[in-house]
Amino acid sequence: MRDTVMESAQDCAAPILTARDLGFAASGQVLLQGVDLEIARGRRTLVMGANGAGKSLLLRLLHGLLPPSSGAVLWQGARPGRTAQAMVFQRPVMLRRSVLANLRFALRVQGLGWRARAARAQEALEMAHLTDKARQPARLLSGGEQQRLAVARALVCDPEILFLDEPTSSLDPASTQMIEDLVNAAHVRGVTVVMVTHDRGQARRMGDEVIFLHAGRVAETGPRDQVLDAPRSDAAKAWMAGRLYTRTDF
Amino acid sequence: MFSFGDMMAEALGLILAWDRELSAIVVLSLRVTLSAVALACLIGLPLGALIGAFRFPGRGAASVALNALMGLPPVVVGLFVYLMLSASGPLGVLQLLYTPTAMIIAQTILVTPIIAALTKQVVEDLHGEYAEQFASFGVSARARVVALLWDARYSLLTVALAGFGRAVAEVGAVLIVGGNINHVTRVMTTTIALETSKGNLQLALALGVILLGLAVVVNAGVMALRASAVRAAYA
Ligand SMILES: Nc1ncnc2c1ncn2[C@@H]1O[C@H](COP(=O)(O)OP(=O)(O)OP(=O)(O)O)[C@@H](O)[C@H]1O
Ligand SMILES: [Mg+2]
Repeated sequence: MRDTVMESAQDCAAPILTARDLGFAASGQVLLQGVDLEIARGRRTLVMGANGAGKSLLLRLLHGLLPPSSGAVLWQGARPGRTAQAMVFQRPVMLRRSVLANLRFALRVQGLGWRARAARAQEALEMAHLTDKARQPARLLSGGEQQRLAVARALVCDPEILFLDEPTSSLDPASTQMIEDLVNAAHVRGVTVVMVTHDRGQARRMGDEVIFLHAGRVAETGPRDQVLDAPRSDAAKAWMAGRLYTRTDF
Repeated sequence: MFSFGDMMAEALGLILAWDRELSAIVVLSLRVTLSAVALACLIGLPLGALIGAFRFPGRGAASVALNALMGLPPVVVGLFVYLMLSASGPLGVLQLLYTPTAMIIAQTILVTPIIAALTKQVVEDLHGEYAEQFASFGVSARARVVALLWDARYSLLTVALAGFGRAVAEVGAVLIVGGNINHVTRVMTTTIALETSKGNLQLALALGVILLGLAVVVNAGVMALRASAVRAAYA
């Protein structure tokens, strides 16, 4: 099944999910409105924009954690159950258990048997380079290790689509590299990736498509190079220019 | 007139001599209290977790009720259980009045709201942290309760301890439904009350010392467990 996913990723990818006129309001404030977008199956879509633009909110709506105030999120075909999607939050939530038990919990929720759980958890530990920390309390891991565990825990159930909310924003280059490797390995296996990032370098390394949000609206979407190098919207232009301007300060 | 020092020495002598009567009283106390706390945990932990982790109509009223019931006067509980179990009461046929079972029932009623209310608070706080991750995983309601109770296990030990403290020190309820019958329903607190009123202060004091000692030992044990949990970031 993954093979067909990969093939379609190589063609002009069909959307795995589509947002139609998506909006969200809370306590009388419109926080997100008129969002129309498609997430291409098997591709890596990056969500960018300033602080407070609504990136995390958009991810929560797409993931189904919040009910939209207007519009809808449409999955291609039947809406996949939770097994089909996973999310890594901006601040990782570690259960008060060992590293291994955190992985096993995610697997148990999917109804996997004991034997399958043990094998899959072991694999995930190795992928995340956490094998020697397996028995440690997850909450005593370093920030980078926790983030690695969070990504591994999200991927351990082999989701169709993986949402990541700034998974590397507080990590050093080596830890960032490990997270990117984990995500790219999943991408190669056919997992659709939707990731929020502030980092232009990361956008170049990881992005296929970019969605640029500004003040709760989609300012611009398109292939990575187009949005990064030749933005058409004023918001994206200003944001990119702001970045360039600070660079010329060096 | 005895001095307090003399009386204390005699009390300690009684403890050191440790006769069968003393041991029967202490053992029955522990049996009744531990059974009641176990039953209260069986009911109160899931009940508190349900109220702490889920939003449903009547949730606010349920937690207000639990908090109010935390302060139930033991004598009122004793009276209520007495009326239920007395020969003319609805459960009179069971002939449980003046038995240790009646005492366990009364203390269970007394302690369950405490366990449930404190569990609700602990679970509510933890759920605030876990809710989105659980929703993302797609954890079922049942699995959610189990996971929350498990991850809060060290905090819940303290909750059980609070229940134990309330039950073991309580005298009004067990006196009313147990009747303080020698060799049958006589526990530490009722014996202290009786012996003090009879002027047998040495025995009363000895039991008081044992009661205090028990409280210290149990508390120290739970605190040591918690300390190790905090070091492992499990609490
Ligand atoms: N549940 C909510 N209720 C009310 N306001 C909210 C809610 N969630 C988010 N907001 C508000 O919506 C706006 C967008 O928040 P969001 O977290 O999506 O920003 P973001 O783009 O992810 O920013 P950052 O880059 O800082 O993470 C913010 O102003 C935030 O205060
Ligand atoms: Mg955010």
